[in-house]
Amino acid sequence: MINLNEVVETNLMIEKENLDVRTITLGISLLECMSDSVDTLCRKIYDRIAYTAKDLVKTGNEIERDYAIKVVNKRISVTPIGLVGSSCCRSTDDFVKIARTLDKVSEAVGVNFIGGYSALPVKGMTESERLLIESIPEALKETERVCSSVALGSTKVGINMDAVALMGRVIRKSAELTADKDSIACSKLVVFCNAPDDNPFMAGAFHGVTEADAVINVGVSGPGVIKHAVESVGSGDFGVLGETIKRTAFKITRLGQLVAQEASRRMGIPFGIVDLSLAPTPAIGDSISDIIEAMGIESTGAPGTTAALALLNDQVKKGGIMASSYVGGLSGAFIPVSEDQGMINAVKRGSLSIEKLEAMTCICSVGLDMIAIPGSTPASTISGIIADEMAIGMVNQKTTAVRVIPVIGKDVGDTAHFGGLLGYAPIMPVSRFSSERFISRGGRIPAPVHSFRN
Amino acid sequence: MHKSILTVVGKDQVGIIAKVCSYLADSNVNILDISQTIVDGYFNMMMIVDTNASTKEFSALSSELSSLGDGIGCIVKLQREEIFESMQRI
Repeated sequence: MINLNEVVETNLMIEKENLDVRTITLGISLLECMSDSVDTLCRKIYDRIAYTAKDLVKTGNEIERDYAIKVVNKRISVTPIGLVGSSCCRSTDDFVKIARTLDKVSEAVGVNFIGGYSALPVKGMTESERLLIESIPEALKETERVCSSVALGSTKVGINMDAVALMGRVIRKSAELTADKDSIACSKLVVFCNAPDDNPFMAGAFHGVTEADAVINVGVSGPGVIKHAVESVGSGDFGVLGETIKRTAFKITRLGQLVAQEASRRMGIPFGIVDLSLAPTPAIGDSISDIIEAMGIESTGAPGTTAALALLNDQVKKGGIMASSYVGGLSGAFIPVSEDQGMINAVKRGSLSIEKLEAMTCICSVGLDMIAIPGSTPASTISGIIADEMAIGMVNQKTTAVRVIPVIGKDVGDTAHFGGLLGYAPIMPVSRFSSERFISRGGRIPAPVHSFRN
Repeated sequence: MHKSILTVVGKDQVGIIAKVCSYLADSNVNILDISQTIVDGYFNMMMIVDTNASTKEFSALSSELSSLGDGIGCIVKLQREEIFESMQRI
């Protein structure tokens, strides 16, 4: 039988250490909505999402009440619109119409973000995908809840450098169109290498074509809980530190597993995966950077940071895999800058640079995330940053991503404010040397040698 | 049987258990187990209860217990047992 100490420990995690369920994300396939008319397609998309997601928010709130655990976000991911719209979209305006529909239906069912305004030109780009990508700046400007992602490469096929070059320009244009709001459109736009089909976290969530009609994926959180556990180790050695993180990650993930199964049972929709990722928020104490510093790094970014993150990420996975039979999505530690007060502090103190963040992305779960850069950064430099990150993902057989925000009109020393979970970010300096000649070559970077496993 | 965990945390004073128990009796909630301790002058109690036969919905019990807690200066929480089972047991 459960005892008092166990109850007190769990409730302390919830009340004092910001333990919460970050998101219940309902993946919905829109393939059956395809039509030869844009208006019919939009109507079918609206109906399908409104029907499938009708109980999502209600169920999330009920779970929250029954277990007294916060379920912070209820979200939706859909089949990449670059595929869904291919049957009828002949212009960027056609795609923007779909974006508006997604925005409207998300508002109607009460979710704060919908992901899947996406394209997958991993190896080659279809005409429809090109139109979708070119429509992204307008779509993100016109909508509030729509999130967009583009997959640009994989370990299996290499990197589509034409798409990398295009995305540099698309990110810049998205920034320019929302210049009055600190280029906020870019906070809802991410590019991937080795994009997972079942990621529940925004902005990169989409419902992959390998998935069923509908599926429930859950992302838990708990940097605050891990930090507290790390602090309790005191000066214990790495063995003790690792073991402590692993045990704590197990508990956090079990919570995710419980919530995912409950949501699935109550909504009558199959359970997909639990994403183990530690996702920070701007709340004090809910920070990945704080964990690294609790391990003994004076300020995140100092030598030892990458090793500390490697230990953290690996132990979180070891504990998490034991706790849930179906682990998926990104599963690791997120290191966004604007969404993590500890990272912001490290940037302000001058200990953390983009180059160090890039090194950290080699072993964390995603990549360069929510980093504000000067508004004057050229598109080719953004493409260069993307290419580097894609290369890390491709060669290391892991998911990597880039979500940078060139904040128009701001420069190093200024701060960009995005609000809410997206937080705020000091503008970070970017190399002033050009990548133009490299990016303009065009074509594909071939798949790495270790992709030939057959 | 759906077991739930009721926790009461707050400054120790006369009559905390009495008040919580009479509310539970009035709502036809059966108490299966009680453990209680005082840490640094703070009252910590946990009850395992069975709410199945209750005259009230789980959500009503949960919010009424929470306001009862406000009245006696304690935080009173009602949670389904599964959250503790899954986090604390392999």
